[in-house]
Amino acid sequence: MAILDIRNLTVSFATPDGAVSAVNDVSLSLQKGECLGIVGESGSGKSQTFMAAMGLLATNGTARGEILFDGKNLIGADEGTLNTVRGNRMGMIFQDPMTSLTPHMKIGRQLGEVMIRHRGASISQAREQALAMLKRVQVPEAERRLDMYPHELSGGLRQRVMIAMALMCSPEAIIADEPTTALDVTVQAQILDILRDVKERLNTAVVLITHDLGVIAGLADRVAVMYAGRIVEVGDVRGIFADPQHPYTKGLLACTPRLDDACGGLMTTISGQPPNLQRLPAGCAFHPRCGYASERCSAERPALEQTAPTRAKACFANLKAA
Amino acid sequence: MLSFIVRRLLIAIPTLLAIITVCFFLMRVAPGGPFDAEAPVPPEILANMRAAYNLDKPLVQQYADYMLNLARGDFGPSFKYKDFTVTELIGQGFPVSAQNGLAALVLAVLIGVPLGIFAALKQNTAADYTVMGFAMTGIVVPSFVMAPVLILIFAIGLKGTPFQLPAGTWEGGAFEHRILPVFCLSLVYIAYLARITRASMIEALRQNYVRTARAKGLPFRTVVVRHALKTALIPVVTFLGPGIAFMLTGSMVIETIFQLPGVGRYFVQGALNRDYTLVMGVTILSASLIITMNIIVDVLYGLLDPRVRYE
Repeated sequence: MAILDIRNLTVSFATPDGAVSAVNDVSLSLQKGECLGIVGESGSGKSQTFMAAMGLLATNGTARGEILFDGKNLIGADEGTLNTVRGNRMGMIFQDPMTSLTPHMKIGRQLGEVMIRHRGASISQAREQALAMLKRVQVPEAERRLDMYPHELSGGLRQRVMIAMALMCSPEAIIADEPTTALDVTVQAQILDILRDVKERLNTAVVLITHDLGVIAGLADRVAVMYAGRIVEVGDVRGIFADPQHPYTKGLLACTPRLDDACGGLMTTISGQPPNLQRLPAGCAFHPRCGYASERCSAERPALEQTAPTRAKACFANLKAA
Repeated sequence: MLSFIVRRLLIAIPTLLAIITVCFFLMRVAPGGPFDAEAPVPPEILANMRAAYNLDKPLVQQYADYMLNLARGDFGPSFKYKDFTVTELIGQGFPVSAQNGLAALVLAVLIGVPLGIFAALKQNTAADYTVMGFAMTGIVVPSFVMAPVLILIFAIGLKGTPFQLPAGTWEGGAFEHRILPVFCLSLVYIAYLARITRASMIEALRQNYVRTARAKGLPFRTVVVRHALKTALIPVVTFLGPGIAFMLTGSMVIETIFQLPGVGRYFVQGALNRDYTLVMGVTILSASLIITMNIIVDVLYGLLDPRVRYE
């Protein structure tokens, strides 16, 4: 059963140069307890899709379509309704732990206020819960950290605090927006372990937004690949990695450096630039960069069509035949 | 923190000495003297007057004498208000200016800061433009225009109505005689505070941690007050530090227009009359206040942002 069901979501931003569509007609569902990976380049709309779900779009942004959380539409919901979901039943972890914690509040208080707000906890109960949650995300010397300010912690510890904060009320879903991008590689692995533990032991559904396919491979059950505000391919993680059906997905996979590659070889890249969202090419937005493009691709936009029970792609080309 | 304050107070001593010295010699370099404005007096009497006030000695000797007296807490006699010492003049005027300044400060903070927050939350709406329009008016209209306009409205226009307010009278500082001057003094600060608070609040609301606080499901009011406001207050405190010093020492324009027995009018009158000792007195008063306020501001930074360290 889907805890989060996004239907035909379109997000656009009013700018001085006219409206920019960051997300176009995206439909996605997050099942209870699963980990859904969202991959794409900067500007592909992967973050904005879930910012819309959290009601955190910038003030010039508008969302259309439906975002059903446990059956209730969050689009157009008032702040009060959103606040019964945010931080309570759906948590969010942000990319930059250095700037995402309030600098003038102690860790314990920042964690505790979630419990106080959603569970009506007393200050001492909230503190106890905060301590338990810090231990759960493996923060060493957790007791002492409660009375520290964010700037006294390292980046990895701050990201653990962010995760603990998102988990305080045992939410049904958490959205992790590039949770490891700003961190050292060794710390990245620890953070991913914690997320895996959360998913497996707390049975929390996780949305993992990243541009790092390695992160996806390690954690996700299903993957959606986004390009220029649309989903171009979606499927189970094994299928996507073993048999990419969209040229963009295939390109992304080819770009990932491998340990068994010959030394001194050139790294593969996808030629060209991601398109300007205000001047999207006609037809398929990827066709100017696509090696499989035909004339049809520049005239007509391929719809996302199911190719197997768990797979769908938005492409006219048949990669196997080509 | 304590050692930081002590250190700052120690540094304040040479600062103050430098200000006193520069001010002393600048006053003497200015053409004219304290007895010029009066009807011409015979040279013998003028010489006597100069001798009586120690002005016949070499400049360096005068400076040394002045500093020695100052060290004993003696600011010397006023040249213009002949029966008074500078200490007496400031002792009478400063409490009046300080009380009015304090009242204006409270008014400015209580009105200006909430107005700024309100405008920031309603950014780029009609409400925002209205508040900022009034704030801009408050800043660009000088007090020598604002004060007569207020008098025209409240003392003359509303005469005979319950809203009539007295102006140009002091009556020992009775409440209703203070309303107009205090309001007039606070207007420009209300305007500045509203603008500064708006700008810094907009900046604070853009921070990533404000987004985190919203993602936690906190009511927007809590997000603003608990997570954004402290950061937003830093520029406000920076502005208010010297601002308070200026408010407490009174405004020449407002004290003249409303006929207040404060210390503000001495700044300009003293300088115009070449009343050397009085100018020195008010300079020392305002310099000490500004230095003190700046130390307080630096201490407040640490309370608003734990990342600030005193070393």
